[in-house]
Amino acid sequence: MNFNLIGLIRAAVLNGTPLLFGTSGEILTQKSGNMNLGVEGLMFMGGAFGLLGAFVYGNAAGDGAVGWIAVMIAFLSAFAAGIIGSLIFSFLTVTLRANQNVTGLALTIFGTGVGQFVGELMRLKVGGNVSVSNSLKTAFSGSVFPEAMQSIPVLGPLLFNYNVFVYIGLVIVVIMYLFLNKTRKGLYLRAVGESPATADAAGISVTKYRYLATCIGGGISAIGGMVHTMTISGCVWNHTALAGEGWVAVALVIFCLWKPLNSLWGSILFGGLLILYLRLPIPFIPTQIYKIVPYIATAVVLVIVSMRQRREDQPPAGLGLNYFREER
Amino acid sequence: MEGTHAVEFRGISKYFGDVAANENVDLYLDKGVIMSLLGENGSGKTTLMNMLAGIYFPDKGEILINGKPVSIRSPRDAFENRIGMIHQHFMLVDVFTAAENIILGLEEEGRLDRRQTADRVRQISEKYGFSIDPDKKVYEMSVSEKQTVEIIKVLYRGADILILDEPTAVLTPQETEKLFKVMRAMRDDGKSIIIITHKLNEVMEISDVVAVLRRGRHIATVRTTQTNEAELTEMMVGKKVSLNIRRNTPVNPVPRLTVAGLTCTDSSGVPKLDDVGFIAYGGEILGIAGIAGSGQKELLEAIAGLRKADKGSVIYTPEGKAPEDLVGKTPMEIKDAGVSLAFVPEDRLGMGLVGGMGMTGNMMLRSWTSGKGIFIDTKAPRELAKQVHDFLDVVTPDIDYPVRKLSGGNVQKVLVGREIASSPSVLMSAYAVRGLDINTSYVIYNLMADQKEKGVAVIFVGEDLDVLLELCDKILVLCGGRVSGIVDARTATKEEIGLLMTRLGGKEAKDNE
Repeated sequence: MNFNLIGLIRAAVLNGTPLLFGTSGEILTQKSGNMNLGVEGLMFMGGAFGLLGAFVYGNAAGDGAVGWIAVMIAFLSAFAAGIIGSLIFSFLTVTLRANQNVTGLALTIFGTGVGQFVGELMRLKVGGNVSVSNSLKTAFSGSVFPEAMQSIPVLGPLLFNYNVFVYIGLVIVVIMYLFLNKTRKGLYLRAVGESPATADAAGISVTKYRYLATCIGGGISAIGGMVHTMTISGCVWNHTALAGEGWVAVALVIFCLWKPLNSLWGSILFGGLLILYLRLPIPFIPTQIYKIVPYIATAVVLVIVSMRQRREDQPPAGLGLNYFREER
Repeated sequence: MEGTHAVEFRGISKYFGDVAANENVDLYLDKGVIMSLLGENGSGKTTLMNMLAGIYFPDKGEILINGKPVSIRSPRDAFENRIGMIHQHFMLVDVFTAAENIILGLEEEGRLDRRQTADRVRQISEKYGFSIDPDKKVYEMSVSEKQTVEIIKVLYRGADILILDEPTAVLTPQETEKLFKVMRAMRDDGKSIIIITHKLNEVMEISDVVAVLRRGRHIATVRTTQTNEAELTEMMVGKKVSLNIRRNTPVNPVPRLTVAGLTCTDSSGVPKLDDVGFIAYGGEILGIAGIAGSGQKELLEAIAGLRKADKGSVIYTPEGKAPEDLVGKTPMEIKDAGVSLAFVPEDRLGMGLVGGMGMTGNMMLRSWTSGKGIFIDTKAPRELAKQVHDFLDVVTPDIDYPVRKLSGGNVQKVLVGREIASSPSVLMSAYAVRGLDINTSYVIYNLMADQKEKGVAVIFVGEDLDVLLELCDKILVLCGGRVSGIVDARTATKEEIGLLMTRLGGKEAKDNE
């Protein structure tokens, strides 16, 4: 074997982590019946504002900057940006009942624009590449586990040698799984996504659940953009780096059949497929071919799922439909 | 008696725009009483009940529960006042289990304990004589089971006042009997029950009192024992109407449609029709009965060319022409040959009408190929729309008003009117009177009878067995996609058909009942 399997898996995990956030956030959103196609925009906003937060903090604190505070600030800035983007979406679709697909696409255009604007503005102000100090960079990409654990052969690099976001993502997904399947509120949220009229008649506030799920989900998705910018892109704003991430995340939601736990291995698989061209180049096959593999995989999954017709694998029945109580 | 009623409406009014759905309704219901709410379509029955269930809020007047004025602004408020409504269209989440559906929205403390819920569901089931598996998924349930879940759902919340909106519309006679038994058990337990239904025989059978609404106003409340069907109808409609369906003996019937060995499967390979064969005669009404989803829809679709038949033939013999096989022809060719389908699906608009278009536009859907060049002919459809409008009394502000915004009954009139107007030689209709009030239903029945007298072969898929027995000449009963039996409507009984519906050939039923 002329390539390094452990290296490939590690790269797949690292590259899949932004997708893990993007996808799990969107799963939460879609479980409420809101089809937010603005993930691409949310991830751009998360990336730009996350970097902005860390950058401003790094500048203000100078040499005294503390790594974990920078991480927290980037995390919260991205989350806040995602919430604001999703609030716009929720207001338009839940309150004003605008078409979700159109609104989602508009949010993608809007979010991409805002992200680019903020990113480029920072570059202009600084007069070059925006970046943070090397010590802060380590805080973002370094492992959180002690050296001894990281150096265990095979297991060390495979399990303990990742940046903090890999583990946060894992925790978020597990919590989301428990919430959706084991709690009352989770059951109610799924009811809202499956059949808003039923939920409403049962006294569940469709508006409240949709707003909350969409905003928190959007915030989580936006963190994915920040993770990509701060780890894969090395804390530098690059206006093409994030392009397409959000769309892969949306495809991955379908690939995972709207189940949070599936997004764990799904994001690693897609993360791996996205960088396979670097690791396993086959002569005469252009890199674009590699890049469409995730979408082909999604299409294949869709075909298989619709052939099997298992009701549990179907999208939430109310997905994409706005709810208005007095409408016939 | 003032102040002791379980429910009392005082001067309730509700307006939608300029239209009064309910006006100054005074109505009360006592504890331990089953009340039927009767009225034509659009007479405000459902609106009134929705105000009790917290879906709508009254514009004027007040609602008293056990003598106390209450404000019911949401379904949650309704639960808190111990009111539960079983909607006509089930409010259930398909992918959840019965138990999960039942606990939806409850503000109970603590963890989600599925076992405890299941136990309580079983307790309630035993008390009132239901049978339900709490862990069964809703999508695996029959209509009657789904309804049971709905009823348990409101009982689980401790409802004392139950509202059932047309609960029997989709049940077999046997299932209806079971439901009535449960309703009586609940009444004897001190619960107040309001049932909305269009079927007068059920009103007479189940209720203690009958309240009649007409055009949003409360006309009268009478004791069931002191009234009769004719009187109730008169109160409902406001004038004397005859509730007789004209059924003349068929005049020299000729085979018009000979179906043999028709077999269909759906896209996932599940058989929907299995070796179905019958002959539909011109000048006869052939009724088709069966539990919902027994292949009625598929049969009509296969004949109309909308569904591919795997096997079998549909031989069509037009008057004075050579017979031809319709299998393999396009829907357009079949329609042009004179086989017309008026299918009224559950959601009425789903198949046959375009909700956003007016009556004229919808008439055009049948004639868009005529007209010169690239332009469509709008004059003829407009004439036709006017005819249907006048003849069937369609209530619409304008014939170009979107049909989506019309009330259900009016939507159906448009659909059925259009199909009849194309003067077919085979007229197929499914659920043509679903949700229609009694007066309009009889208009439609008599339209079918008119067609029959003109020599048309009418195939009528219906839900109400009483009507099938009165209207049709023969009744074909489907069970699980197969012909369970063909009976003479003049001699058959409801029980006989009920058995054929549930068991192929109606056999071995007696051992199990």
